[in-house]
Amino acid sequence: MCKSYGKLQVLNNVSVKFDTGKVVSVIGPNGSGKTTMSKCILGMVLPDSGDIKMNGESVLQKYAYRNQIGYMPQIGRYPKNMKIRQVMDMVRDIRKDATKIDEELIGLYGLKSMYDKRMGALSGGTKQKVSAALAFMFDPQVLILDEPTAGLDPISAEILKGKILKEKKRGKLVLITSHIMSEVEEVADEVMCLMDGSVKFYETITSLKAQTQEDRLSRAIAKIMNDEV
Amino acid sequence: MNKIIKYVLYDIIRSKIILAYTLFLLLLSVGLFNLGGSPDKGILSLLNVVQLTVPLISIVFATTHFYNSYEFMELLVAQPINRKKIFLSEYFGVACSLSVAFILGVGAPVLLFGASLTGLYLVLTGVFITFIFVAMAFLASVITRDKAKGIGIALLLWFYFALIYDGVVLLILYYFSEYPLEYATLALTALNPIDLARIIVLLNLDVSALMGYTGALYKSIFGSVWGIGLSFGLLLLWGLLPVLSSVRTFSKRDL
Repeated sequence: MCKSYGKLQVLNNVSVKFDTGKVVSVIGPNGSGKTTMSKCILGMVLPDSGDIKMNGESVLQKYAYRNQIGYMPQIGRYPKNMKIRQVMDMVRDIRKDATKIDEELIGLYGLKSMYDKRMGALSGGTKQKVSAALAFMFDPQVLILDEPTAGLDPISAEILKGKILKEKKRGKLVLITSHIMSEVEEVADEVMCLMDGSVKFYETITSLKAQTQEDRLSRAIAKIMNDEV
Repeated sequence: MNKIIKYVLYDIIRSKIILAYTLFLLLLSVGLFNLGGSPDKGILSLLNVVQLTVPLISIVFATTHFYNSYEFMELLVAQPINRKKIFLSEYFGVACSLSVAFILGVGAPVLLFGASLTGLYLVLTGVFITFIFVAMAFLASVITRDKAKGIGIALLLWFYFALIYDGVVLLILYYFSEYPLEYATLALTALNPIDLARIIVLLNLDVSALMGYTGALYKSIFGSVWGIGLSFGLLLLWGLLPVLSSVRTFSKRDL
């Protein structure tokens, strides 16, 4: 899969395969193509070449596959004059065929008490909570979380991590992009590192630690990056 | 698709601009009908004002609406919905609400003060013009991501069709006045939806007798059912082309 914005080559021959029942963390420096990759999977950004397959079927130019995906954007942007309730109802209205509705996060975050606030009046963290609740609401097979805990307070971040681990146990694929290594270590099984648009490495956390003989993930990754630069 | 249109309409109605637009048109129409004396005169003055303001307001409102609902569209593209559906819902939401405002604001007074075939044509062409200019606005908005640029392009389009084009046609007529230009002017008319709409209405008024030889030719063509059919067909084409090309662009670009 390749993608460039004008002259800037964002993704350069990225080819990976993710399995279900795992939490994969996508890491890499700013601007290395993490968000672009998740947007490609969602069909928001169309790749220049290459293909994206889900359960063996190409998803390019299709849309129905997205009912298997829950997406939490890095910066949730919502219509400013809609209330939380309206946004929730609208998305639910659109995904009427979803059989199971998971309102756990709405409950845990106490969003119901804020249902009548306008999206434009919410703080960044509350918007993140809404995004998270929406992403998990329809019990999707694949979850794409773009820097999910950035902007969340520690308690809310804990709740989210708990939820991620719970969903993983239920056999889902969770893709997380993050910069916080301790968090990656906590929830992820595998780490995929993007650098300048190509995959630098894609390994399980245990093998990364074994290779570098470090017991902390952040050090292990720093070691790999420094060795090869 | 209906579901999304519902939310688009909801958003538009909340902004109250549509309400102001309806009231503005209503006031204008009632005023002109009461000033003019005869209903025909009223329709004529209304025609001139409407053909300037309706395209302008349609194109500006549609462009700003498109950029303002960027977040809404971003939210929707992550959901299992076809992008074309999102775009067309936005289009029909905006075009239909502006048309309803036009029908209430101009159609109702026309029905009240000057109900005639000409009045019907005035309302019908007005609705077509609304759809056409909303389509152009959406085309301008999908071409560029920059709001200021998009509105600039939209205004330029309005300037071109409402003012510049007529100037160019007059210039051509002036320089080539020695030649028989009847069919050439006819062709030139087809290239501007506003002119097309104006002529459909004008030729049903008595003033067309004042337009001389060209007027007579126009009357013989646009006066027939076939001519009217053809000109409405052309108007339809004017609406369809920008919609189709912007749908294509929208479904192929990054968001």
